[in-house]
Amino acid sequence: MSTATTHDDHHHGAPSGIMRWITTTNHKDIGTLYLWFAFINLLIGGAMAMVIRAELFQPGMQVVDPNFFNMMTTMHGLIMIFGAVMPGFVGLANWQIPMMIGAPDMALPRMNNWSFWILPFAAIMLIAPMFTGGAFLDGQGPAFGWTMYAPLSLQYDKLSFFIFAVHMLGFSSIMGAINIIATILNMRAPGMTLMKMPLFVWTWFITAFLLIAVMPVLAGAVTMLLTDKYFGTSFFAAAGGGDPVMFQHVFWFFGHPEVYIMILPAFGVVSQIIPTFARKPLFGYSSMVYATASIAFLSFIVWAHHMFTVGMPVAGELYFMYATVMIAVPTAVKVFNWMATMWRGSMTFETPMLWAIAFVFLFSLGGFTGLMMGIAPADMQYHDTYFIVAHFHYVLVTGAVFSIIAAVYYWLPKWTGHMVNETHGKIHFWWSTISVNVLFFPQHFIGLAGMPRRIPDYSVQFADWNMVSSIGGFAFGLAQVYFLFVLIKTIKGGEKATDQVWEGAEGLEWTIPSPAPYHTFETAPTVK
Amino acid sequence: MESKELASRNRKLVGRLGIAAVVMFGFGFAMVPLYNVFCDITGLNGKTGRIEAEAALGQAVDMEREVTVEFVVSVNSDLPWEIKPMVRQIKVHPGAVTEVKYAARNITGNTVIGQAVPSLVPGLASKYFNKTECFCFTQQTLAAGEYKEMPLRFVVDPALPKDVSSVALSYTFYRMEGGGETQPGNGLEKITLGQVSMGSDPLEPVL
Repeated sequence: MSTATTHDDHHHGAPSGIMRWITTTNHKDIGTLYLWFAFINLLIGGAMAMVIRAELFQPGMQVVDPNFFNMMTTMHGLIMIFGAVMPGFVGLANWQIPMMIGAPDMALPRMNNWSFWILPFAAIMLIAPMFTGGAFLDGQGPAFGWTMYAPLSLQYDKLSFFIFAVHMLGFSSIMGAINIIATILNMRAPGMTLMKMPLFVWTWFITAFLLIAVMPVLAGAVTMLLTDKYFGTSFFAAAGGGDPVMFQHVFWFFGHPEVYIMILPAFGVVSQIIPTFARKPLFGYSSMVYATASIAFLSFIVWAHHMFTVGMPVAGELYFMYATVMIAVPTAVKVFNWMATMWRGSMTFETPMLWAIAFVFLFSLGGFTGLMMGIAPADMQYHDTYFIVAHFHYVLVTGAVFSIIAAVYYWLPKWTGHMVNETHGKIHFWWSTISVNVLFFPQHFIGLAGMPRRIPDYSVQFADWNMVSSIGGFAFGLAQVYFLFVLIKTIKGGEKATDQVWEGAEGLEWTIPSPAPYHTFETAPTVK
Repeated sequence: MESKELASRNRKLVGRLGIAAVVMFGFGFAMVPLYNVFCDITGLNGKTGRIEAEAALGQAVDMEREVTVEFVVSVNSDLPWEIKPMVRQIKVHPGAVTEVKYAARNITGNTVIGQAVPSLVPGLASKYFNKTECFCFTQQTLAAGEYKEMPLRFVVDPALPKDVSSVALSYTFYRMEGGGETQPGNGLEKITLGQVSMGSDPLEPVL
């Protein structure tokens, strides 16, 4: 019987123009802001990837100098993780969670506004040092890798920009996570018990706890960098009694759960889409929930598999190896559940379903290479080669990014009121899926052959596959510009979407009109 | 649900989650002492120990067993010194105090202070590797162009696990800003001197 949220100041004559967006507390507006922010960052980070692939097109130094290349790999990683994938999922959460649980808005709408508006400033702070230094290609952005390993990162003289940008990103994420948990725990419609919640809501609920647990640890790690750099402490500087390996432990204690922060909501998206187009309820709903929770728990106890080569004792290597390989069990539960959902379903292959199926296939492929590297003795060979680059791009690009694109195609008719032109959607899908494999699959080969990552030049034996990979890269980059065209075209017009949009769609968000009105569920629905 | 009640539930939840975030921020810092304690117990990070000379010389020497100790030095790029161990490797009996020397030269025209940081591989052996005297206990000062031989006296604990037959001791030298003091040597007789197999200039490249 809730008619208004806590600090509800929804004026039905909201300010217009730019002030509407700056002052908005509406979850749909904020969701839109997050999604556009993510897309802009995808293009910026993508442009950096193009520079990397251009330099690696041929052996030798052609396009940029080595420091600039290092800056590109560093900034590409940071922008894609903190600027594109994480805000992309938060945008989906903002749009969808209130509509999926029958809430009128997020629990804390003003904090929601703040969570978003910190982001552009954090991004500017992160990117700004790239434009210092005199001439073109003389940027002085961070060039120490997105993992910011000390003591290398301590040699960077504009480190304070980077550190405060990470702090701001952390604040934004933590506030966003608190808001999501409060919304899910306190704002569900009557009858919406926890075990009736759509899987997307469940995965985000667990992700939010991961964010609250590990973003502060990252903040702590960069604060230690700050005091080491500017206040004379020696947390990580060996000369003063610090320990560089300890930085890696602290960083990966954050870093491994962070990986799941970027993939659990993707599991949620796919768990919404596949039942819709298989026209069957999700197979093994409760096992999906428990599998998600198990993956989240395991993510805290496997971090040192990122550092098998630092010289751990065999007992440590064995422990982290077994714990890591154990993650395959709940992950396999999920993959088999998706397959069982599709089994003998009345499947149709609209654009969102194609992306979701590609996700299941290609994410599993990335998961398998992850298992290979989880084997400690084998990892000695793969460590810091292009094999790991191929692995994490399979799980993050064809995993996380594909699921965000799938979600956008799935819910876009609800957001805009227009169906996506299926031909355009399918062109985008096949173009992206083929090119992304041309881009990343050969990196397995050159990685196994021993090409190190993060190096702008390489031995001529790697030349052929690098050229293939670069061609795939340029094609994949161009495909995302085409995506922009599809998005704008759908926002501007298209076939009118029905309320249910997809024939097999079930859930509260499909009971409201398309496009979703500015205010929904001001009177809570009752869930049976 | 009444909106007032909802507001208070939200406030409570936000408070709790906020506290959780602050606690986790603290946990990030708590990992530093936790890590150090863990490493002290297990010897994981290769930090070697220090014992008094009297205690070291009182240990029984295990003449049945030989352990190879290898010496490695790396110099941080900020420190303009040439440093080499005067022996590359030596076989010692556990319990016997052994002295080796490192040769260092300041190749600049200024006085420079350096500090050596030790690390031992395998890490689990590090708590059985003790020093009675080491140039790494204090900062070292070299005047312009000064050449110096720096002693290291160590003893391998006879309790060293049987499967360890060789250890590598690595020093990294860093440049320090402050002033340093040198430690006077104390000529103890029972010390085995390491073989010095050097030509006239110990800093000539050793093959």
